Amino acid sequence: MNRIACLGGIYSNYLALEVALRDARRRGVDAIYCLGDMGAFGPHPDRVFPLLNEYNVVCLQGNYDDSIGNALDNCQCGYTDPRDNYFAQLSYDYTLAHTSECNRRLLRDLPRSLRVELGPLRVLLCHGSPRKVNEFVWESTSSTHFLDVLARQRGVDVVACTHTGIKWHRPLGEGRHWVNVGALGRPENDGSTDVWYSLLEYSAADGFRAEFVPVTYNYERLAQEMREQSLPEEFVETILTGWWTTCLEILPAMERRRGKY
Amino acid sequence: MSGANVSGPNSNRSEESAAPLVPLSHLDELWFQVAGTRCNLTCNHCFISCSPHNDSFGFLSLDEVARRLEESVPLGVKEYYFTGGEPFLNLEMVDILVLTLRYGPATVLTNGTVLKDAWLERLASAETESPYSLEMRVSIDGFSPETNDPIRGEGTFDRAMRGVHMLVRYGFLPIITAARTWPIERDREVIESFVRVLRSAGYDRPRLKILPTLQIGAEECRTRGYQPDERITPEMMNGYDVSQLVCEHSRIVTDRGVHVCPILIESPDSLLGATLEESQVPFGVRHGACFTCYQFGALCSNYSTTPPSPGSRQIAHGGNRSHEESRR
Repeated sequence: MNRIACLGGIYSNYLALEVALRDARRRGVDAIYCLGDMGAFGPHPDRVFPLLNEYNVVCLQGNYDDSIGNALDNCQCGYTDPRDNYFAQLSYDYTLAHTSECNRRLLRDLPRSLRVELGPLRVLLCHGSPRKVNEFVWESTSSTHFLDVLARQRGVDVVACTHTGIKWHRPLGEGRHWVNVGALGRPENDGSTDVWYSLLEYSAADGFRAEFVPVTYNYERLAQEMREQSLPEEFVETILTGWWTTCLEILPAMERRRGKY
Repeated sequence: MSGANVSGPNSNRSEESAAPLVPLSHLDELWFQVAGTRCNLTCNHCFISCSPHNDSFGFLSLDEVARRLEESVPLGVKEYYFTGGEPFLNLEMVDILVLTLRYGPATVLTNGTVLKDAWLERLASAETESPYSLEMRVSIDGFSPETNDPIRGEGTFDRAMRGVHMLVRYGFLPIITAARTWPIERDREVIESFVRVLRSAGYDRPRLKILPTLQIGAEECRTRGYQPDERITPEMMNGYDVSQLVCEHSRIVTDRGVHVCPILIESPDSLLGATLEESQVPFGVRHGACFTCYQFGALCSNYSTTPPSPGSRQIAHGGNRSHEESRR
């Protein structure tokens, strides 16, 4: 393989998922990987699964998938702010109630990580970090030597993850790379309604390359369906404006400052 | 998922040896006792009794911090934290933070009462040029002079709020850190009051971290010390997410060497070695403060702390600490 698509944090946004998958197929990628968190936030969680199946997407288990698959009490995001927890729980209870037993079984059995080869490069795909499914690895709170040690300890050239909901890429030492592939489920707190997935490529001429692909989709329809499902207006606002309104507690200063709230 | 990395008690069954041993899984957070125990305030709940006259720990110089930053690189330290005492009593503090931001993210724990415009201007500029966050944590223990000043000293609420205002003016989003000197059942009401007061003072998206009090140092006199049964037992480690404990992922540099965590520096057994490498040994969590750390988790990092809820899997914010990859 020389070119793969990586996506994650779908959060039930089947409309954006369909656009992203069609785009990735059009670009002729060798494989498509989903790094976890199929449900949450959006409406009709079961609607993502036929798409993942149709496009032969290889899926990993995120913390949300572990929770829904095993019917745990909460999403394991670890929020402590009462307001964040309130909204996270509303979203979790809705998603659990609307995910079929068949799809929950599927989520239960997904692997936590996967090693693939991209040209000569060894790539580790995971959800939060190679060491923990719900670890928030933020761009502004992770030193380069920390990321490099994690990659070296696992003997890989590239680590690709998601979980935080904001894409980023940092070259490490000796040709190693760390990539957060972004999230399809909600905009990344930048005032744009687009969401993102990533193309990871290797070529002899350029070596490793990560390209972030914006996904423009019918966000008004998603917002309407969220309202029809009585999901919180705060979530709908994020879809319509591109600004995060909840789960802000976890953002480090630099990422928080870029947002509106 | 947890507990697997925790050694059981030694075979010698004294109370001392029964303390579970907690290995350092990875040095995520490196702390610096950068102002020693010197502080311009004398808070009556301070767990290391800092004051203008407490010199039991000395300042760290820029050169010393630079040496430790270099030492931390091959160990893959993720974030750097600076505490005291009051860090900004150290005249090299701004230089220290500017240098640190070339290595990684930095957090400084300040009482907010001695900040200067020139310092904040330089720090804001250093953060803008860095890929890393500079977090400013400001200690305020009540949302009014009436609730804060009896603990931190006369006039400290107004002075700290002026500090918050300055930080906001320079573009920082300070994390207001309050020790829970009220009953835990009142958390919501107190947090709401904090948010209201901070907003009305011009901080429109306040961030808060609530800490439990630690029954050592000055707090032992203000309220009470730990009871003998307030200790972590080996049985308590079964099923517990050990990554909640500070000693599992942190160490702190003082002018005496490298200690296990910022809370226990006054305990002789906390000094683990002269180098970061030497300090990477397991620690027996035998102290009363370890019990508080166990109860509340993530005590010292920038996230807020509430007791882990029963019925949910305990996987915390920061780290490994079990090997995710090897699970499947």
